[in-house]
Amino acid sequence: MFRRRPEARPATQDRLVEVFVAGRPLRVPEGASAAAAVLLSGAPAIRTTPVGGAPRLPYCMIGICFDCLAEIDGVANRQSCLVPVAPGMRIEPQIGARVARADDTAPEAA
Amino acid sequence: MIYDLAIVGAGPAGMAAGIEAAALGLSVTVLDEQPAPGGQVFRAVEAASGDAALAGEFRDAGGALAAAFRAVRGIAYRPQTTLWHLDPEAGLLSVVSGGATAEIQARRILLATGAQERPVPIAGWTLPGVMSAGAAQILLKTAGAVPDGSVVIAGQGPLCWLLAVQLLRAGVERLTLLETGSGGAFRDALRAGGLWTGRKLLAKGLALMRETRARGLRVVRNVRDLRAEGDGRIRTVRWRQGSRDHALACDTLLLHEGVIPSTHITRALGLDHDWDARQLCWRPRLDRWGATSHANVAVAGDGGGIGGWEAAAAGGRLAAIDAAHRLGRFDAAVRETRAADASKARHAALALRPFLDRLYRPGPGVLAPTDDTIVCRCEEITAGQIRDAARLGAAGPNQVKAYLRAGMGPCQGRMCGTVVAGLIAETRGTSMESVGALRPRAPFKPMTVGELANQRPDAIPELTA
Repeated sequence: MFRRRPEARPATQDRLVEVFVAGRPLRVPEGASAAAAVLLSGAPAIRTTPVGGAPRLPYCMIGICFDCLAEIDGVANRQSCLVPVAPGMRIEPQIGARVARADDTAPEAA
Repeated sequence: MIYDLAIVGAGPAGMAAGIEAAALGLSVTVLDEQPAPGGQVFRAVEAASGDAALAGEFRDAGGALAAAFRAVRGIAYRPQTTLWHLDPEAGLLSVVSGGATAEIQARRILLATGAQERPVPIAGWTLPGVMSAGAAQILLKTAGAVPDGSVVIAGQGPLCWLLAVQLLRAGVERLTLLETGSGGAFRDALRAGGLWTGRKLLAKGLALMRETRARGLRVVRNVRDLRAEGDGRIRTVRWRQGSRDHALACDTLLLHEGVIPSTHITRALGLDHDWDARQLCWRPRLDRWGATSHANVAVAGDGGGIGGWEAAAAGGRLAAIDAAHRLGRFDAAVRETRAADASKARHAALALRPFLDRLYRPGPGVLAPTDDTIVCRCEEITAGQIRDAARLGAAGPNQVKAYLRAGMGPCQGRMCGTVVAGLIAETRGTSMESVGALRPRAPFKPMTVGELANQRPDAIPELTA
């Protein structure tokens, strides 16, 4: 598990953003990734593997390992280490293989 | 519009190349997956500059380079933009950003996609709580966050010492460094020379080691046979030292066996590569300007061979100067004159590299994990299964992929590819060159059908200073 160091980061440089990890609210520094939010939340896993159902947490944090795949704001298979947190973001663990759903939609283009 | 130069990656090489190319009058765009310039080595340098744990080169040199990049007028900088396909013949870069896709056209393409940490397949490395050392450093840079409890850095290389210092400064109290590698490496490294020319870098490394000592870091040397154990997450790290077994309670294990060029895109393009037998990695074949085997494509920075940020920045400048020459801005003689400073800087930055490469030469174990070790993290394929497939006749990683699905998961073989090839070479008694490498294909990163259908160039962010 990871912890923040608010004392080391002046308030101006460490604005907090509220996100939801597996439904639970959590305040994390602006500029952090969704994967960082998961690690700060203490969640035991960000996903379970499609093959063996084993729990995983982010491994590389630079977009290489794909162990941080999560469902973010309703879109599955996102590399959460490459997605910066945004207010109200919902980060859900991805359990097993992804299942196509009838209501799967692309995120609205801004 | 058609850009003169499209640069992929905004790390030291990409930033320096952009600055140089703009100064030479080229029209330039820089695409980067991250939200801010810096690459991994200077990740989030603008936001993290106030953090005392990151004081030093990161804050000073990295901050200055990012500021210089931001200050250049005329670079079309596209953060949070991912390259998913590249047609070098047509100079067409297909990108995805914020739910939309677009195509960017350029006369010349510079890949400055940097390095990745070498995967360290040990028993238990898929357990939650086991990460790469670089991952912990990214969390410190981007979120000011540090691991709690008993923290172990295991492996070898300059990053282990840098990360140890940064975590100690950041208040991590229970930190242990388990150094792999052998005692004989130091004597071998001394024979490589370069110590005088590389004295600045050497002094920096020695200062880091001194600081870890002053801050009371526990260091265990000559560690081998590392294993992570636990049910649902790591609880214990085990290793051998000499003839004795050791164990330590562990909440976070940070693995590191050096960094290797990220060759995913250069291999997907089918560019010529060479196997680096000392550093156990593939590298694209480049001339001294960074030009690849394709006439329109160059590579700069650690993606062409590990040299560190100063060599990367110098290489970026050289590639930009070469781009201007190839686009007809000046002849070869002028190219030489303009390149003098950058060539000298790169030479100096690389002087210590032979010493470091020998001192931190990866052990053969990184390509030959034990049979019970998971090699392909995505599809959960073990080294034993891969050895079996090689015995059955799989002669290369592309065949193993068809046999076992190793390399077919979402990471597209970025983590397992080289290890799979190493296991085949070992089992069949052949060379890495004859075994070959995985051939990645587009899309380089996963994207939704919705994104693919949403072609909206105007939706791709573009910041022009």
